[in-house]
Amino acid sequence: MTLPISVETRDLARTFKGQDKPVKALDSVSISIEEGEIFGLLGPNGAGKTTLIKILATLLLPTTGKAFVGGLDVVREPQNVRKIIALVSGGETPGYGILSVKENLWFFSQLYGLSSSAAKAKIGQLVTDLALEEYSNTRMAKLSTGYKQRLNFARGLLSDPKILFLDEPTLGLDVLTAKKLRTYIAEWAKKGMRGTILLTTHYMAEADEMCDRVAIIDRGRILACDRPYVLKEKLKENRIMRLEVSSMQADLSFLEKAAGVVGFSQTRNIQTDTTTLRIMVRDEAILESVTKRLEGQKLKVLASDEVEPTLEDVYICLVGRGLEEEGAEAGA
Amino acid sequence: MREQIVRDLRVAYARLWVRIKGSNREPEWLVAEMVIPVITLSAYVYMYKWLSAPSQFTSFVIIGGTMIAFWVNVLWNMSSQFYWEKETGTLETYLVAPISRMAILLGMALGGFVNTTLRAVAIVIAGIFIFQAPIAVSEPLTALLVFLLTVVALYALGMLFASLFMLYGREAYQTANLLQEPVYFLSGSYFPTTYLPFVVQLAASILPLTFGLDGIRRVVVLGQGFVSIWVDVFALVVFILILLPLAKYALNYMENLGKREGRLTLRWQ
Repeated sequence: MTLPISVETRDLARTFKGQDKPVKALDSVSISIEEGEIFGLLGPNGAGKTTLIKILATLLLPTTGKAFVGGLDVVREPQNVRKIIALVSGGETPGYGILSVKENLWFFSQLYGLSSSAAKAKIGQLVTDLALEEYSNTRMAKLSTGYKQRLNFARGLLSDPKILFLDEPTLGLDVLTAKKLRTYIAEWAKKGMRGTILLTTHYMAEADEMCDRVAIIDRGRILACDRPYVLKEKLKENRIMRLEVSSMQADLSFLEKAAGVVGFSQTRNIQTDTTTLRIMVRDEAILESVTKRLEGQKLKVLASDEVEPTLEDVYICLVGRGLEEEGAEAGA
Repeated sequence: MREQIVRDLRVAYARLWVRIKGSNREPEWLVAEMVIPVITLSAYVYMYKWLSAPSQFTSFVIIGGTMIAFWVNVLWNMSSQFYWEKETGTLETYLVAPISRMAILLGMALGGFVNTTLRAVAIVIAGIFIFQAPIAVSEPLTALLVFLLTVVALYALGMLFASLFMLYGREAYQTANLLQEPVYFLSGSYFPTTYLPFVVQLAASILPLTFGLDGIRRVVVLGQGFVSIWVDVFALVVFILILLPLAKYALNYMENLGKREGRLTLRWQ
């Protein structure tokens, strides 16, 4: 059964004025998200995720192309689009520091025309659901980052939006708070097919855990779009190995041109002075030559094992480098 | 249509509530906003006393100082509010909500008006009590009319500035800095503008505050009636009729420009 389309873009492009030349933040982006779907947009900083969400949330105009939210054209009918959406951005101030949690929520409920009784009931429910009761009368300025983000989520859900845009919603949060918010939001979306979610993130686990489908975006272009397991299935012909190398000074640039290496990512650990290398190869035999090259740098391979593919590997396969690494242009 | 009006009224009320609640939670502001203007006024009052100027000059200064409180509120709390909302991240929340931007500005204006009026009344009472300024109101309703028209014209000007602040941020902030003192001077806040050269008086006539101050002073200090101040009333009505639609147009224009250029929610510009 095909569900109605909730969010759709057709050849969407956005160019910004750059210092030397125009910067293409989005390039021919075409996606369609079904009603009730949790759709993830996964990419590094500057990939164009926020630009796309800002266009869909009526905060930015596209240079070319079309975008529809709830069947409404975001350029022609922005005010009607705003009635059915909410935007929650990570790392943002969720209201006025001088007002308490409840006061802030009451204020924002008025932006969506909630009556006093409806606002009171909704605020009570959200404060309970998001475990904010203890701090409901605390001024926002005194809340920790985690509780501020809970308030941000509560603000976003006040109006029962049909479509919820989450822009890096767990940015800067501790693991436990991030996990709780992810679980809550996934439940919110699935309860009676209540809402469609477009989530942008550069955390692979977040996309993997929450999303029905994921689009991988890099330098403004959608490189792949499918269910997470399908994207990972496509990597089956490759082997993914994790090597722990004895120094964080390891020069791995030789891997960029090594035959049989599909891609790699590296994580340098200051505390243990090691580098964790995640390498995708066509054939396990290639690892022998990799090990030799590392030994040539007077480095040791401390441990190695084969690992199951993740969305990061999908990204590595498509782009040739890891999500957290340098190379992506800033701008979005 | 009705739903939209009700929603906009709710928004205006909510924004007014935030402004009043926010200001009154920091009582040190109350002291600063009431005591400092009285100190400024006292300098002018004692100077006029030393020059043996007529006692009405004292009343002129107190009325001027009181109305300046509204100008300062318009310039720094009303106009720059969208700039601060942008810097703190709440502007995005407004812009994504299905509300009229003018409703937000109306709420800000009403909140600013209520707060400043309370302080202005305190300044007037303190001025009359401390400096024994003579007051001769013959037509209280006319005084109220000129006062309200002046305030509406000033806040309409603030709404117009708010759209500039929203997009131009720091540049607009510097412009507001530049506007503060010249407006004190041109509008004749602390002295009658009749002593100014004609060219300067002409320049002063582009400010609603000039007409407002003139009208209020004539009614409250010199005991004149509507017949003597109809030009001021007419000018203020014209200001309102021009500034309010202009503010609405400017706000739409700046929002669309910001969306086109990608600067609407871009901070630190």
